[in-house]
Amino acid sequence: MSAIKSIALDNTELLRFITAGSVDDGKSTLIGRLLHDSKSIFEDQLSAITHTTNKRGMKGVDLSLLTDGLQAEREQGITIDVAYRYFATPKRRFIIADTPGHEQYTRNMVTGASTANLAIILIDARKGVLTQSRRHTYLASLVGIPHLVVAVNKMDLVDYSREVFERIQSDFAIFAEELKLQNITYIPMSALNGDMVVERGDKLPWYEGVTLMDLLENIPIDHDINLDDFRFPVQWVCRPQTEELHDFRGYMGRIESGSIQVGDAVTVLPSGLTSRIKEIVTYDGLLDHAIAPQSVTLTIEDHLDISRGDMLVKTDEKPRVTKEFDAMLCWLSEQALDPKRKYLVKHTTRIVKALVSQINYRVDVNTLNREAADIFKMNDIGRVMLKVQQPLVCDDYERNHATGSFIVIDEASNNTVAAGMICPMEG
Amino acid sequence: MDIILSDMQEFITPVPNFVMKSEPIVLKRRPVRQLGHMDALESESIHILREVAAECANPSLLFSGGKDSIVLLRLAEKAFRPGRFPFPLLHIDTGHNFPEVIEFRDRRASQLGERLIVRSMEDSIKQGRVVLRSENQSRNAFQSITLLDAIAEFRFDACIGGARRDEEKARAKERIFSFRDEFGQWDPKNQRPELWDIYNTRVHAGENIRVFPISNWTELDVWEYIAREQLEVPHIYFAHTREVIRRGNGLLPLSHLVQPKDGEQTENLMVRFRTVGDMSCTCPVESTAVNVAEIIAETAITRITERGATRMDDQTSDASMELRKKEGYF
Repeated sequence: MSAIKSIALDNTELLRFITAGSVDDGKSTLIGRLLHDSKSIFEDQLSAITHTTNKRGMKGVDLSLLTDGLQAEREQGITIDVAYRYFATPKRRFIIADTPGHEQYTRNMVTGASTANLAIILIDARKGVLTQSRRHTYLASLVGIPHLVVAVNKMDLVDYSREVFERIQSDFAIFAEELKLQNITYIPMSALNGDMVVERGDKLPWYEGVTLMDLLENIPIDHDINLDDFRFPVQWVCRPQTEELHDFRGYMGRIESGSIQVGDAVTVLPSGLTSRIKEIVTYDGLLDHAIAPQSVTLTIEDHLDISRGDMLVKTDEKPRVTKEFDAMLCWLSEQALDPKRKYLVKHTTRIVKALVSQINYRVDVNTLNREAADIFKMNDIGRVMLKVQQPLVCDDYERNHATGSFIVIDEASNNTVAAGMICPMEG
Repeated sequence: MDIILSDMQEFITPVPNFVMKSEPIVLKRRPVRQLGHMDALESESIHILREVAAECANPSLLFSGGKDSIVLLRLAEKAFRPGRFPFPLLHIDTGHNFPEVIEFRDRRASQLGERLIVRSMEDSIKQGRVVLRSENQSRNAFQSITLLDAIAEFRFDACIGGARRDEEKARAKERIFSFRDEFGQWDPKNQRPELWDIYNTRVHAGENIRVFPISNWTELDVWEYIAREQLEVPHIYFAHTREVIRRGNGLLPLSHLVQPKDGEQTENLMVRFRTVGDMSCTCPVESTAVNVAEIIAETAITRITERGATRMDDQTSDASMELRKKEGYF
């Protein structure tokens, strides 16, 4: 078994990223190039797309065909929805959320972005920073993607000009500053020819930075989740009630942020009762310490009434407990927001009835101007005030994505109609 | 209509073969600041399983004896022990399954002490619910009829399955909690948006959710997990000598369902199965991998180590997407 262990315990990191670009920015070609050059394409896939390329009267391999999905999409030449792709290098495993770039873009990008560590904003070197580049960047900043890569693509069509690249870089930097964005890396590339994607190529000798793959493999992501505040929403209470485990009462859930140790003082919210961690139980044995995002079972010293929807926090790291809060809402449904209706909000493991008591403003995602609004339609983004029937245990989204995010569900259709991000309290 | 084991409600007995490890252990894998990809995937899947259990009234877990559902069972143990699984296991038996796999299925369910429900396509055929053109034709496409009948019979509002997004193009677009209408149909153009890991599990009566806790796992991840957890898998996953027929680009295992046509020869080759579905259409690949480590090495080669190669190895990339698709129910 020793041979197995040496391979199997090669526990590399997992990086999730999203590619944002408009229809002709070369997004599919870039993803195809990453998969191809990292040898993540099976031969049957490659021969299928070679065949299709030839059938369409073109030579070589059109890598963009790799990301074509369903039959209906191939027939109509459009992409319907977020597709997830997987590839690996010896350093990391990658999950790409591939989002199509048409009018449904806001909804799809927000969905794909919600779990991403990194966003690649594609810019056509010939066109520079366009309205849609600003829109994509705004959405990335709204959802709080920790790392941003500006990929200036199609450098082959501007003679690999350093001047063009640097102009785009400085244009983008001005805009990024408005959004208070940090951690931006600019990379000139040609996805079509493969320059600076996985291989450096020889066309961009003046560029001394990393290739896209270098960046994806090496960018530190260990601070992407909140490591400070212990948050443990209870998912399931385990009470086997067997003879030998008669008094066992385990609180099962995932540590959403922070860490916990046996003996730590914890508070149960919203009740406010306190106790100490007795054991951290896992199938593989007891732990003395656990961190986000581990799924564990906690037992506590005292017999308290705790159920699904409650949250365990460290006594000295308390979140907000509130029935009223401001949030940025991204409306995802064809049926517009109706402020007179009650909705359901699912936040962590808690589902509560909710009412939008006020629409503060809508954001024009192209200009970033705020405008007055009575309703939100699909793809609208704006700030609202929400009232909920039972208190939520939450943090500001910018501090803690796991406890600052929620979805809105239409009780009649059961559809997910909006994504919400809790805003800091004002004043 | 055979139900193995008794009803869940009667289980106030200890879980067989499960011992609470009460001595504190220091896990070698104990993370310092960040979980590795395997731990992260495992934790995500456990979180999903607990969400289904907590929010769905009457879920079931589809267990076929294949490698992906074997992984699901271990994840369910990690999610719910020392308690019992809050759902029964369900298998839709096409009648064309490999006997080794069926034997394994029953043994594994009884080791776990969990309830296994088997519904068979033979019954659906007898009842006239499934009409086949010929006895030997692939039954994969008809499984869904028996599955939907089972869902209606037990009023399952959620079925947990082992499908993965890397298997197939359509799957790449499916949600982890995938909503099905009253007819059990998936509408790719009208999926619920799935944000962060907040899952919307709500359905109306008669509707159903399919849940895929290992959506984000790849074939390689599955094998690495099988190695790490030292999980037993049916032995036809390992290389063995088998009489096969070359047909099209694939190899078909000789059986009472698959006989040589005119002009076809049978050969004895070292092969292994990458998937263990319907015997009439599940193709083995040529392989010499006789243990999990060697399977991992073979699987990894196609993706990682041959970075400099222009062409991948024919032997290991043999399983086309079409064949891989036949792995699951979905």
